[in-house]
Order: sequence, then structure tokens, then C-alpha cells
Amino acid sequence: MTRHTLSVLVQDQPGVLARVASLFSRRGFNIESLAVGPTEVPDISRMTIVVNVDRLPLEQVTKQLNKLINVLKIVELEADSSVQREILLVKVKADFDSRSHILETVQLFRAKVVDVAQDTITIEATGAHDKLQALLSMLEPFGIRELVQSGMVAMGRGSRSISDRSARSTEKTT
Amino acid sequence: MSNSHEVNSEAGPQGPQGARMTGAQSLITSLESAGVEVVFGIPGGAILPAYDPMMDSTKIRHILVRHEQGAGHAAEGYASATGRVGVCMATSGPGATNLVTPIADAYMDSVPMVAITGQVPSAAIGTDAFQEADIRGITMPITKHSFLITDPSEISHAIAQAFHLASTGRPGPVLVDIAKDALQADTTFVWPDSIDLPGYNPRTRPHSKQIREAAKLILSSRQPVLYVGGGVIRGNATASLRTLAELTGIPVVTTLMARGAFPDSHTQHLGMPGMHGTVAAVGALQKADLLITLGARFDDRVTGKLSTFAPNAAVIHADIDPAEIGKNREADIPIVGDVGEVIPELIAAIKAEIELGNIGDYAGWWKELNRMRETYPLGYDLPTDGTLSPQYVIERLGKISGPESIYAAGVGQHQMWAAQFIGYEFPGTWLNSGGAGTMGYAVPAAMGAKVGCPDKTVWAIDGDGCFQMTNQELATCTINEIPIKVALINNSSLGMVRQWQTLFYNERYSNTDLQSHRFPDFVKLAEAYGAHGLQCDNPESVDSTIEKAMSLNDAPVVIDFVVHRDAMVWPMVAAGTSNDEILYARSIAPDWGSDD
Repeated sequence: MTRHTLSVLVQDQPGVLARVASLFSRRGFNIESLAVGPTEVPDISRMTIVVNVDRLPLEQVTKQLNKLINVLKIVELEADSSVQREILLVKVKADFDSRSHILETVQLFRAKVVDVAQDTITIEATGAHDKLQALLSMLEPFGIRELVQSGMVAMGRGSRSISDRSARSTEKTT
Repeated sequence: MSNSHEVNSEAGPQGPQGARMTGAQSLITSLESAGVEVVFGIPGGAILPAYDPMMDSTKIRHILVRHEQGAGHAAEGYASATGRVGVCMATSGPGATNLVTPIADAYMDSVPMVAITGQVPSAAIGTDAFQEADIRGITMPITKHSFLITDPSEISHAIAQAFHLASTGRPGPVLVDIAKDALQADTTFVWPDSIDLPGYNPRTRPHSKQIREAAKLILSSRQPVLYVGGGVIRGNATASLRTLAELTGIPVVTTLMARGAFPDSHTQHLGMPGMHGTVAAVGALQKADLLITLGARFDDRVTGKLSTFAPNAAVIHADIDPAEIGKNREADIPIVGDVGEVIPELIAAIKAEIELGNIGDYAGWWKELNRMRETYPLGYDLPTDGTLSPQYVIERLGKISGPESIYAAGVGQHQMWAAQFIGYEFPGTWLNSGGAGTMGYAVPAAMGAKVGCPDKTVWAIDGDGCFQMTNQELATCTINEIPIKVALINNSSLGMVRQWQTLFYNERYSNTDLQSHRFPDFVKLAEAYGAHGLQCDNPESVDSTIEKAMSLNDAPVVIDFVVHRDAMVWPMVAAGTSNDEILYARSIAPDWGSDD
């Protein structure tokens, strides 16, 4: 199984998230991450869905997604031709001795300290999945008190836009 | 290509555009505008506002059923027999959830249907109000689309879209749930002149390159089979299928959903494939070098163990639903398109190839198929104790009532025998619950078919188990003068389950004995509903009883055929096994010939 990132343009209508999410579960796929938000086009939302799945079942789930009336367009974004980002907030135990080590790690990963308390530091980091996993593994020895991560958002590189052929285009690409 | 679709309106706007009216009046006017002539339903609290203007409609006949499941299956039967969209209506909560089974059934068998449900007032949605159920959410995975309408101005648009979605592309059920306050509020009626569904564009026109490749492959193959599914009926492509078959001389198999798509009397027809298919049809698929798959979906009941299905065959797969192509079996030549357009283009491409001297040669193939067909015809053993054979009853029924009649079956042994032993010549004459396997389908579906085709004889061929799930609709039939005929194949058992217990559970008959030779008294039951009740328990009076039923057209007729309970459906491919393991009869495997 391999990780795949799907960008899905949908009509911003009640129930559309439930339709997409339930379709994945009904067909037996686990969504690894899902992010949804508005786009440059009013009334059209964009979902970024990361799934761990083989090529053939992915094709099937994409076709099933295409059958949802509120789904306008589906594009698979390859890692090397797209920018893929997640955001993470992590609260790390920090005493007098460890604090400077933690701050070094923060700098190394170009992360940010967004809150400091007597015995913890809260760090914000943005990046690709692997980078954030690496940051977490570096922070783990200090003791992680709390962790929250967003779903991944992704966008193709280059000048083309996913809605170039108009998001209301009649064609679904996949 | 434009985003908007022509409104699929048979009648056109039936109210003055821009007229002020209530949401409920808008709903009824919209249904009239969509060309609806009949609605099957039951009123209740949340849908009540819609029933008031319904009473004034001169165009829509509302048939008051006895259970919402009956309304749903009646809408299915109407749709399957006429090709038009069937409509059912129910109130919120339990009224709506009672529609779930027929909606799921329509989804599995691609039946064009619009289900309209009342919902609690919008302010009460989400509060666990009386008779509240999230029917839009519940039906998401079993509808083509579902709407929840809380704004009265959206009612006409939702109805227009629902009919468009249900009847175009791959047909299917669409649910429109309307909050009570939206039905009560005033609005301006506007029947849309186009449909704005930017995410819905079914591709009907096949790719010409794929068609040309398919034509070449068909003519170069030596052992091809036309594997025909229900899509050919839904897509009105049966006439062109016949042209294609006769042009090429290729053998045809018709799946359970496609019975009637190709005449059973045609010499090129090998019958039904699958778990209870003919040896010739199953064998043809297994030995084929090419499957020309038209509107079929490689269902597990057809393929048996998938990895061993048609092992040497290349696959041409034409379907209007791209998600069906490659779902179960990879296609060598995928063709996305409406079979109604695919087949004529295929015919033209094949004719062009033939003109170039590229002619198919299937003589050797036919020799082998004819041997299979002659050695292993469909048949059955008669009971030796003088009791009635269910297969004989069904065979005689088909002969006496003839191919112009419509036959709706329940689910189980009687369904398989009705698929096997009645000769179907025309599309829309065989109605059944193929994908979902819904017991209780037959009586209400026959009722819906009879409403749609009042001049045809409509039989429900039902089992005693199935019949007892929905027989309350006999009251509906009697009261509304819908004289269907019911052939009750009463073996006093859940017969198909019993057959599996015989074969796979050491004849331990756990909870399959319905004792319906004792209770209920089906003749009295029929009479209680105002229907004619007849009984037949011996082979000598089968013909006369059927003829008597044929002569009674003033009310529904129920014939209680008391049949032998140990009869089994053969041939059979046991679930999960390879089609190669087909048994012609118990412990009798066909001889596939020496050339494998």
C-alpha cells in the first residue's frame, strides 16, 4: 500500500463531507488525513484526502467519488510535483536543563515557539509529513504532553490551477 | 460542453411560472410538471401538507398502500415495467425508514425512482423530535443522490433535479426529504428550464477508438460470448442487441437482471449464467476467449469464485457507469457509454470490418456449445409421490399466460425457477429483486407494474415466505381495482435456505419450516382481502386452475399451489466456488468434454 493525496473540489453544500467520508468507510478505506476549506471560487470547497491504498482500489474509490453529485473534480497530487503541508502544535516538557536543547531543535526545523510555561514549551511547525514526523521523533525524548496535527493540504507546483478548466467544468479528470 | 441539462420534463410546467402558492402546491405542481401519473404512498404528520393539494390533482393518481415498503416496491415495479420513473411518498421517521429497503433494492438494480418524504419542521431537525429520522443521512449510501429541502423555493428545483438524476445516466433512486414548514410556507412556483448540476455529466457516447478495437477483437476471437446484463434493458438497447447478435452469430447469455433482453426462443440464446444458470451459459463463459460485456457488472452470483471466472477470456466491458468497469474484473477494452449508443456503434464498426473481409468464424465454438446445450438442458425431476412439482407449475404458468404477460418474482427458489422455466421474449416482462434479493418484492412490484401496464396480465410468482412479508398490498389491489394474479409456490418452507441446509448443513433444518401448508389458509386470506382464492395441489388440475385465474379479471387472484418441499434448484454453483464446479443436479458434474 502506498500513500496517495487526492484533491477534491466539491460544491459547498450541507452533507457533502459526510457523503465523502462515508463513501471511504463503506468501501473499506481508511482516511489517513482529511482537510477541507474554502477555495478561490465561492461555494466551492476543496478537500485534501490522504489515503493508504493500492493503485487498483484507489482507482475504484476515485470512480465512486466521481459519482457523488456534489463532487466536481478529483486530482491526485504526486509528492514531487506538489507542495504538501501539515501544521502541528506540540506541547513539550521543558525544565531548566532541557529548554535550550529543545530550542535548538526548534531552530533546526524552522519551527516556532508559540507559548511558554514554567515547565512546558508549545511549538508550532509546518511542513511535509516526513519533516514533522522527524521533528516529533527529536522532541519525543523530552516528553510530549500534548499533540495536535492538522490534515494535510496540498497544491500542485507550477502556474496551473486546479480550477483552470473552471472548477465548474463539466469534466472530472480521473 | 455546457453544464446545464435540458429538463427531463414530460409534461412541462403545469402551473403558471411565478405563481404564488404553498410549498406543498409547488411539490404537487412539480410532480405534474415532471409527468408523474401515479404516486404510491401513505400520508402522515410531516408529509400531510402535501396530501391536501394532492387531493385536487387531476393528473396524479395517488394509490394508498398499506405499508411504505409496498409503496417503494410498487414504484419499482411501475418503473421496471414501463421504463418511466416510479414515485413513492411517505412521512418522516418510520414512514421514511420503511422505504429504506425498496430504496436499497432500487439502488442495487438501477431502478429509476424518486422517493419523497416529509421531514419534521426545520426548527425541530436535530432535536430528536417526534417521528424524526435523518433519512437523507440514512439513504446516502443507497441513493444516487438525496436532498433535504427546508426552503420552499427550492422544492421545484429539487424535484426537477431528482427526476433528471433518477432517469439519466445509470438510473437509480433519488430521495427528496422536505421539511414540513417548507411545505406549509408560501413560495413562488418556478419550474426550471434547465438543470444545474455541474458535478453530474454521465458520458453516454462511447469513445470511437475503443469501439473500433472492440470490433476487431470480436471478429478475431474464436470463442466469444455476449454477456448481457440488466443495463441493456434499462438502456432500451434490446433491439440493437438482437441486431448485433444476428450480425455476428455470437452466442448470448442473459443475466438474472437481463431476462427478456434477448428472446429465450432465439437459437443463439444459451440462457442465464451464474449460480443457477444453465450448464451451456456457465460453460460458455468459462471457456470463452472473449466476453463482450454489455451493461453487466460481474456480480459474484454470475462469476462464482472470481479468480477462476472465464480464465481464458479477454474482456470488452461497456457500461454507462465507469465505476463498474474494472471493479471486479479488469477490462481489456473498457467502453464507457450508454449501451443504447454503444451497441449501434459497435454494429457499424463490425459491418465496416466485415466489408474489409474480416469475418468472424465461430463454427467450432458453436459445435461445442451445442453439445453442452443438448447434453445438459434445463430440467427437473417430478416427485414420485404424486405431489406437485414447483417447476412444473411455473413452466405451465409461463406457457399458458405467455410471453406478453409480466412476471414479478419474490426471492428464493421460486424466483430461480421463474427465471429458468418461463420463456421471456420481451424486455420489461421479468421483474425481480436481483441485486438486493429482497423477499416481499413480488406482490407490490406486480401491483406497480399492473398500474403502469393495465392491459397486460401481471403475475406475482411468490413463495410462501416472501408472500407473508408484503401480502397486505392485496387490499390495495382490490380496493384500487388493480387485478394482479399471484401464483403462490407454497412449499411450506423458506425453500432456498432449506436447500442450503440440505446441501451444506447436513439436512439440519433450523428455522426454515414455515408450516404454511397449515397456517395461514391462503385461500381464506385472499378472500378476506377481496381477492379470488384458488388452491391446487395436484398436477392434473394445474392447467385448469391457471386458466380459471386467467379468466378472473374483476379482482386480484391468488392461487395457492401446494408443492413438494424437497424440490431443489439445479444447476448450482455453490457460493464461493468456481463456476467449473457447477453441478447439473445433486452430485452430477457435467462432462466438459475432452478438449480442456
